[in-house]
Amino acid sequence: MSGDADVVLSVEHLSVEYAGERPTRAVRDVSFELRRGELLGVAGESGCGKSTLAYAISRMLKPPARLTGGRVLHRSRDGVETDLLALEGEALREFRWNRQSMVFQSAMNALNPVTSVGRQFDDIFRAHRPDWTAERRRQRAGELLDLVGIDPARVRSFPHELSGGMRQRVVIAMALALEPEIVIMDEPTTALDVVVQREILDEVERLREQLGFSVVFITHDLSLLLEISDRLAVMYAGEFVEYAPAEGLVSAAAHPYTQGLLRSFPDLAGARRELRGIPGTPPDLREQLPGCPFAARCDQVFAPCSDQHPALLDLDRGTGWSAACHLHGLQGAIR
Amino acid sequence: MSTTTPPQPGVPAAEPADAPVLEVADLTVDYPQRGGRPLRAVDHLSFGLRAGQTLALVGESGSGKSTVVRALARLQRPSSGTVRLGGQARTRGDAYRRAVQMVFQDPFASLNPAHTVDHHLRRPLLATGRTRRGAQADTAVRELLESVNLTPAADMAAKRPHELSGGQRQRVAIARALAPEPRILLADEPVSMLDVSIRLEILNLLDQLKRRHGLALLYVTHDLATARHFSSEVMVMYRGTVVERGPSDEVILNPAHPYTRLLAESAPSTGATREQARTARRERLDQRARRAAEQREATTEGGCPFRGRCPSVMDICAQRPPAVEVGGGHQALCWLHSTDVRTDGSTDGSTDEGPDEGPDEGTEGSVSDALT
Repeated sequence: MSGDADVVLSVEHLSVEYAGERPTRAVRDVSFELRRGELLGVAGESGCGKSTLAYAISRMLKPPARLTGGRVLHRSRDGVETDLLALEGEALREFRWNRQSMVFQSAMNALNPVTSVGRQFDDIFRAHRPDWTAERRRQRAGELLDLVGIDPARVRSFPHELSGGMRQRVVIAMALALEPEIVIMDEPTTALDVVVQREILDEVERLREQLGFSVVFITHDLSLLLEISDRLAVMYAGEFVEYAPAEGLVSAAAHPYTQGLLRSFPDLAGARRELRGIPGTPPDLREQLPGCPFAARCDQVFAPCSDQHPALLDLDRGTGWSAACHLHGLQGAIR
Repeated sequence: MSTTTPPQPGVPAAEPADAPVLEVADLTVDYPQRGGRPLRAVDHLSFGLRAGQTLALVGESGSGKSTVVRALARLQRPSSGTVRLGGQARTRGDAYRRAVQMVFQDPFASLNPAHTVDHHLRRPLLATGRTRRGAQADTAVRELLESVNLTPAADMAAKRPHELSGGQRQRVAIARALAPEPRILLADEPVSMLDVSIRLEILNLLDQLKRRHGLALLYVTHDLATARHFSSEVMVMYRGTVVERGPSDEVILNPAHPYTRLLAESAPSTGATREQARTARRERLDQRARRAAEQREATTEGGCPFRGRCPSVMDICAQRPPAVEVGGGHQALCWLHSTDVRTDGSTDGSTDEGPDEGPDEGTEGSVSDALT
């Protein structure tokens, strides 16, 4: 653990299950650290547990999902540690949105269609800043809209009067309303057109530089993460299978799944090549997975993959770069 | 760099006569709007689909690309224009629908959750009279499942959609579209709802089937990269108008229209370093800030539909731009490439009716070129 003071969120051995006849183990022993001001990308396919992870670290899991283990520690700017999973009642309410906020997958639907944008900002401030006057609330809402590049006069608009991109900007402005230290973004640009997606990403990057918050950015689109993340985690079947600095991942991805994902994006300007994805489907997360969860789809599978679970190991590349694959050392696999 | 007829990996060696299987001329679709003028979703669009080739139709949401597909599938009545199947001006409904099939965007919505895979494939076989009940249909269902790599066929046939992954569902949807032995396949964003790791598998499958059956494929997408890799020709659509068209490498590697350039710049680039990405982002933010004062949703009556967002907008853009040939078969609808603004502009400069003439001449020209 290098530079502890820099870490704003540390997640240790987090596991989440969905109850059922055979429980679905959606997040399996995930650990990571989020540094102050950093953008951590989490890439994965549908059903890999990435959204469940986001909900778990935001304390928003609802039954049948339940935490089965692990810790989530938040370290504030003045060094106070909070165990997120122990927060209850008022303390939890106070923590949410003040310290850590979330931008949801379908921001188009995250806004209330029957009240104006201004009213929705008002709700946040009434709940979290009860001493503010109406005038101050209105002024701050205007500032926030201005911050994300929307005309402050739009506070009077209703969500249906805004385009998809504008709605997404409004939702980002709301997430930033109380100046949180962490913003968790779950597929914030998936429903948007490429051009608008690009504008939103640029906006997020600019705001992050300006305000210095940290972001956990979750998406299925690895190519997008390569461009905006500082570090990047690739998730498969509920686990982190690779954890790497974003720069350099393209040329030196260590896990065959990461390599496969990278291959799945044809380069716009690159030479024409044979294009193939990753054949097969992810494993059923209700099953016990004794070996490597990716073994059935892996083109470099060998003997130990079927019965030994690979641990996430440091690759000694000096940057905390790690991968969970037997190709990179068997010794740590036996646990 | 491609020449007039670029080498097409997807074209079978013995290509049938060059005549398009489906010829679209001046297709226009208007949607009525309450208390206002109708919305023109597709504006005088002309193109041809050829057997064994893929044409990509690229655009953002609202560009009218899905309306084109709906009109071609006869799900939406065009306001004007003609669609000729196999050179014939009129085709009866059932014959047309047999020849033109669709693959929809969302395989979670396009299959009936109450029916088995077998039912989904057997219905079109029987309804179009391709097979008779019984053993003949059984064989055909099995062959269809095998052709889309859903094996073992007997197991797959008994499943219902909820037992299948997204990719498997889309394979069923493709098999269903193939059941009536169509000549034309309209694929409307066939992979955008699927996981990235299986998208290429599905696109490769469509590509193989296109070759094997000599299908004419219309691939509608917002993704420039797959459009380039899986099609021989690309049309870029903006607000109902095709603003650029040509051989796919030409259009995407050397975009001539500012809109195509914007699309290409917006796509994430895996090759760039973070520093390059950061510099590029700063430039984009600056550019946007400079344009912020200008009205972004500028009125586009008559003139170039893109001028409200165009970084190189000029005064003349208030007039309908001409379709300019910028290279072998590569056309852009933009004043930037017009060598003689005077002669081109004078045809449609004055009246409100004029604007339609520019692109008409251009697109008709390209169709008649293709026919000769």
